[in-house]
Amino acid sequence: MPAIAVDGLVKSFGAVRALDGLNLRVEAGEVHGFLGPNGSGKSTTIRVLLGLLRGDAGKVRLLDGDPWHDAVALHRRLAYVPGDVNLWPNLSGGEAIDLFGALRGGLDQRRRDELLERFDLDPTKKCRAYSKGNRQKVAIVAAFASDVELYVLDEPTSGLDPLMEAVFQDEVRRLTGNGATVLLSSHVLAEVEALCDRVSIIRAGRTVESGSLSELRHLARTTVTVDTARPLTGVAELPGVHEVRAVDGRVRLEVEPEHLDALLAHLIRFEVRALVSAPPTLEELFLRHYDGADDGRAAVADSGAERAR
Amino acid sequence: MSAFTGTGRLARLVLRRDRIKLGAWLLGTPLLGFALAGSVIEFYPDEAARLSYADTALTSVVARAFNGPIFNAELGSIVVAEAYLTLTLLAALVSTFAVVRHTRQNEETGRAELLGAAVVGRHALLTAPLLVVVGANAAAGLLLGLAFAAAGLPLAGSLAAGGAVGGVGVAFTAVTAVAAQLTVTSRGANALAAATVGVAFLLRAAGDVLGERDGLQLVSAWPSWLSPLGWGNQVRAFGAERWWVLGLPVVLLVGATLAAFGLARRRDLGAGLLSDRRGPARAAAGLLSPSGLLWRLHRGSLVGWSVAVAILGISMGFAADEVNDVIAENPAAAELIAAMGGGVDDLVDAFLAAMLGVFALAIGAYVVQALLRTRADESGGVLEAVLATAVGRVRWLTTQVVGAVLGAAVLVSLAGLATGLGYGLAAGDPGRWALRLGGAGLLQLPALLVVAGLVTALLGLVPRWSVSLSWAVLIGFLLLGQLGAVLDLPQAVLNLSPYTHVPAVPAVEATVPPLVLLTAVAGALLTAGLAGFRRRDVPS
Repeated sequence: MPAIAVDGLVKSFGAVRALDGLNLRVEAGEVHGFLGPNGSGKSTTIRVLLGLLRGDAGKVRLLDGDPWHDAVALHRRLAYVPGDVNLWPNLSGGEAIDLFGALRGGLDQRRRDELLERFDLDPTKKCRAYSKGNRQKVAIVAAFASDVELYVLDEPTSGLDPLMEAVFQDEVRRLTGNGATVLLSSHVLAEVEALCDRVSIIRAGRTVESGSLSELRHLARTTVTVDTARPLTGVAELPGVHEVRAVDGRVRLEVEPEHLDALLAHLIRFEVRALVSAPPTLEELFLRHYDGADDGRAAVADSGAERAR
Repeated sequence: MSAFTGTGRLARLVLRRDRIKLGAWLLGTPLLGFALAGSVIEFYPDEAARLSYADTALTSVVARAFNGPIFNAELGSIVVAEAYLTLTLLAALVSTFAVVRHTRQNEETGRAELLGAAVVGRHALLTAPLLVVVGANAAAGLLLGLAFAAAGLPLAGSLAAGGAVGGVGVAFTAVTAVAAQLTVTSRGANALAAATVGVAFLLRAAGDVLGERDGLQLVSAWPSWLSPLGWGNQVRAFGAERWWVLGLPVVLLVGATLAAFGLARRRDLGAGLLSDRRGPARAAAGLLSPSGLLWRLHRGSLVGWSVAVAILGISMGFAADEVNDVIAENPAAAELIAAMGGGVDDLVDAFLAAMLGVFALAIGAYVVQALLRTRADESGGVLEAVLATAVGRVRWLTTQVVGAVLGAAVLVSLAGLATGLGYGLAAGDPGRWALRLGGAGLLQLPALLVVAGLVTALLGLVPRWSVSLSWAVLIGFLLLGQLGAVLDLPQAVLNLSPYTHVPAVPAVEATVPPLVLLTAVAGALLTAGLAGFRRRDVPS
């Protein structure tokens, strides 16, 4: 049974379609990266999953329940860190953490203190005095000190420094080590690469790519740079080879993974002196979907999500 | 670059942001002044009526405390006595909020940081709003003076009275310029400045109560001179005008501005001198529920309202005892009070019932602001985080409604108790009167339930409009209550206000059916609001 199963989700704000047939499947026990540019519908999807917004069409299941009708029962089993953390200005950070924990149904006091220590957060400061990063820490500590099955994190580290980012990654691994599921919406691709078992990339309210990182890489071309003793000929005609260019006396090309073998057999006849083969980075995978064309739609979805805020 | 570079541009920004708020006040002040002057002229047509007014104003402790001193029995003096408190409080609060909005609030939201990084001098961020607000007060004072003159009062006295009101606004502009340097939050700065207004009122009231009567003139005691609200009176508009007193607010403005510049130089942007206290590292058990949080967030406001209601209630109780004296000397006033209470015999009871009605209207504002906090939480984003926990929507909103209604119940009974106590202390038998009026106050609760129901329905059904519509509806009820009888509106229109249906106890006997009806209407509105809130998107 998947922890989250979204099928063909549609959500409109007035005339604007923020979600346009979105699919998302998160298996129990995995860390799932949820990627997309600003305004592509990530936060709207998360709000539907939390039963805050009601979808117009499509099927949504969360922990085998209906996020709208079973909201209270489901919320006992999940913890949420919003992208833009707002707190009560005259409560202290410690009070806010305890309050969120209590409203969710309980807090592990030992974990709470440990997390405060690890994230280096002073719980006696009033919430109005915290910086953005520290408000985020309050939400993270309150969520991570709750012993639940699912953690929904909406860009949780956008205000954290690199040191805290490392602590955050440690703590997420600890959660999944205990069997929890994590949905992580993020712009920090290094964080996603380090933590996520599988990712879904969305654009303008639709899922454009979904799978494990190696699967996604498998679908994308590998960049090969080769230096041969004799002039290289005939590569451009090989199946699955693209963008052949000469660079600094070497040849750089892109090849589809299933044709790599045939390419190597061809190269070897020209006395290979050096060869570098690089699988695509997540950044390249990500940018591939957002370069250039079709920006009108993305802009429309952008304004939709703005209004949803 | 000087310390004032950019002041002109920033002043234009202030004007652009406040064109509605300051514009409404600039227009409203002369209109209100004109209307009040007109009604006084009509109400005191002859010498005898004016002499009797002056005699009451000089003898009555309540009149001295609330209306201030008078200096002769001329029409202008009576207009000032009747209008001064309203107009000066308006000027003081408008000025206070405007200065805070463009100084401390800008720092709190981070706007000041953005502006300060542009080509803007160190003191420009404070100077620009001061220029605008002082200018607005000068304009309001002048317009008010012209309005008094247009109503038929002598020109010199009119201008002096307008200047006195504008001067009070300038004085509190100065006070706020300093307050905004001391606190970290705009709420804190507003509270500090508003508390100064309260202290100024008490000082002036004390000075005038302790003052010596000299013929038809009251010579105020020294505390009045410590209060910017007292300075306006000491101008003696429509008497032997002392124009130099108008210089006192200007002196205060110069001194306070220099002090504020000095404080601003010594602190960081965003910081204050009265820094935030630290809070507990762990929450007390009492906080850890929606109702615990509600109490924590609303208790400060409820305590403030309680103190204000208690003080006003006791004062009104004392004032009620003087109704008999006033009526004995002024048959016109007797007619007016009888009209307000619907032609009953016991004018004191009518007065007390009318006062309880006014309290209930004001406490309606408490209910509206307490419930609209949910909308602020929704826009701010914290509601989303709360509803993502195991707290259901209906439970959350029900807690807010119950909290607001319980607060209102405390306030209306307190209003009744305090008014009864004040009247009893003056007329005898305080215990019985306190209980009698406390119960009468509680009878206003069904009307407040309807107000709570309306706000809840708006929150659930038309969230984007809930803030403006809630206040508009309450102001509508206020106008129906205050002007309905004067404008001779048809009963069907008056019946739109829930306050119309509350029996005017103690002037009439309590009757059950209207109270049941109000409660039923409130129940229907609450149900509709909760159903809407359960069904709609959050945030929306």
